[in-house]
Amino acid sequence: MAMVVFQGVSKIYNSHSAALEDLDFEVQPGEFVSLTGRSGAGKSTVIKLLIGEEKPTKGRVFFSQYEVNKLKDGELPAFRRHVGVIFQDFRLLPMKTAYENVAFALEVAGRPQRDIVELVPQVLDMVGLSEKSGNFPHELSGGERQRVAIARAMIHRPEIIIADEPTGNLDPLNTYEIIKLLEKINQLGTTLLLATHDKEVINTLEKRVITLDRGRIIRDEEKGKYILV
Amino acid sequence: MFTVLSRITHFGFKNFWRHGWLSAATVAIMILALLVFVGLIIFGVVADHAASSIQDKIDISVYFKTTTSEDQVLNVKQSLENLSEVKSVEYISSDQALSIFKEAHKDDATISQGINELNSNPLEASLNIKAQQPDQYADIANYLDAPNLSQYIDSVSYAKNQVVIDRLTAIVKGVNRGGWVLTIVLALVAGLVVFNTIRLAIYSGREEIGVMRVVGASNSFVRGPLVVEGIISGILAAVLSMIIAAPIIYFVSPYLKVFIPGLDVFQYFYENLGKLFLYQLIFGVGIGTLSSLVAVRRYLKN
Repeated sequence: MAMVVFQGVSKIYNSHSAALEDLDFEVQPGEFVSLTGRSGAGKSTVIKLLIGEEKPTKGRVFFSQYEVNKLKDGELPAFRRHVGVIFQDFRLLPMKTAYENVAFALEVAGRPQRDIVELVPQVLDMVGLSEKSGNFPHELSGGERQRVAIARAMIHRPEIIIADEPTGNLDPLNTYEIIKLLEKINQLGTTLLLATHDKEVINTLEKRVITLDRGRIIRDEEKGKYILV
Repeated sequence: MFTVLSRITHFGFKNFWRHGWLSAATVAIMILALLVFVGLIIFGVVADHAASSIQDKIDISVYFKTTTSEDQVLNVKQSLENLSEVKSVEYISSDQALSIFKEAHKDDATISQGINELNSNPLEASLNIKAQQPDQYADIANYLDAPNLSQYIDSVSYAKNQVVIDRLTAIVKGVNRGGWVLTIVLALVAGLVVFNTIRLAIYSGREEIGVMRVVGASNSFVRGPLVVEGIISGILAAVLSMIIAAPIIYFVSPYLKVFIPGLDVFQYFYENLGKLFLYQLIFGVGIGTLSSLVAVRRYLKN
């Protein structure tokens, strides 16, 4: 069974232009799929539909056993605990330390304290931030912040991690490290959906690439390359 | 359930502490609002006292013809006391009236001598009547006008003093009504100021709310800590406003005593400390909680 299914999905924000038009694709468990295309091609919209932040105008979005477009407001929090999301702007809680930001994902899920005490240091260690667990986001570099965000996204062992331009604000070295980290997480069995317009990233990954242009899929290739459209 | 509650409380306290100056600003605004609130309560007491001390000064006197016997006067007194409008009736016999008159004019030799030269007491017995409400004097005066009573009566002071009584009545009513309006308006203003302060504080944290939701926090998990913060602000503001109010009232009290004799505001404050603090607590915590709930609502939709 596919993990993610988009079935004839269209999204229209206003009557002048469609953000997505009749999108069809599937992502299998364990895949690492890059979603690319220039700004405004619809990458972010795909992600917003997948995490239920927006509703499709037409079509259906499935994730695992959920039909995302049918989830009610009250069901979203529980659903979101099955996915991990990473953003370009990190979206950490500024008033919480690195440790607390990661722990928060478990706390909202109602996990007991002993799990938190056990898991958070492990995951922080995996992203290489054991030393900085007590630092607040403003005391961390961009790369470090993104690693905290990754730790937070993976702490509850989600079935999929969705990354929306995670390296958009980072220098090449940090970009490389973040992508290596995502690959490592994927190798450990988590499905990964990465939205990016970074040519280097796509070319070094040598994984499946879906290319969007003006809300349509124009290319979907295994071991794809970044091709300017 | 317990884990969630304890986490929400814990987050609330931690956020309150870490928000630092934002929390301090909220508490400061709340203190101002609560000072207005306690000020209004004290104002109510002062106005009440002022009104009733004016009210106490109003009465009407009925003077009986010298031919009326004491029994007849006491009968009238009895019948007046049975009226629901009447608060109290004081009987002053002609002998008492004379001694009061003498006492009042003891330093005036001409009058004292004149009085002593008289063979009989020229002063009339009278009844001093106080009504429950100032606007009831007209009814009482009407009652005394009835023929079965008026045959004994020489004069009723109401007719002479009607204008003054009416004016005082209007003032007392005005103070009471104005006090209410002022209380409601100022309490509303104070409430709105606090509400907007909390709303701005939550507005500044709206992105955090979005982040929490993306991470999978349920609405109660987002709302809870904010409400806890509101409650903490309310409690702190209630305590601090009482601490600030006490010395202010202590210093102002003697000046008020000059205007309205027999009124000790500080004593009132001291004796009702518990009750006032409870009001402050209810107002502070109530508005803190309510503002947080209302302000966060718009960020929880979607």
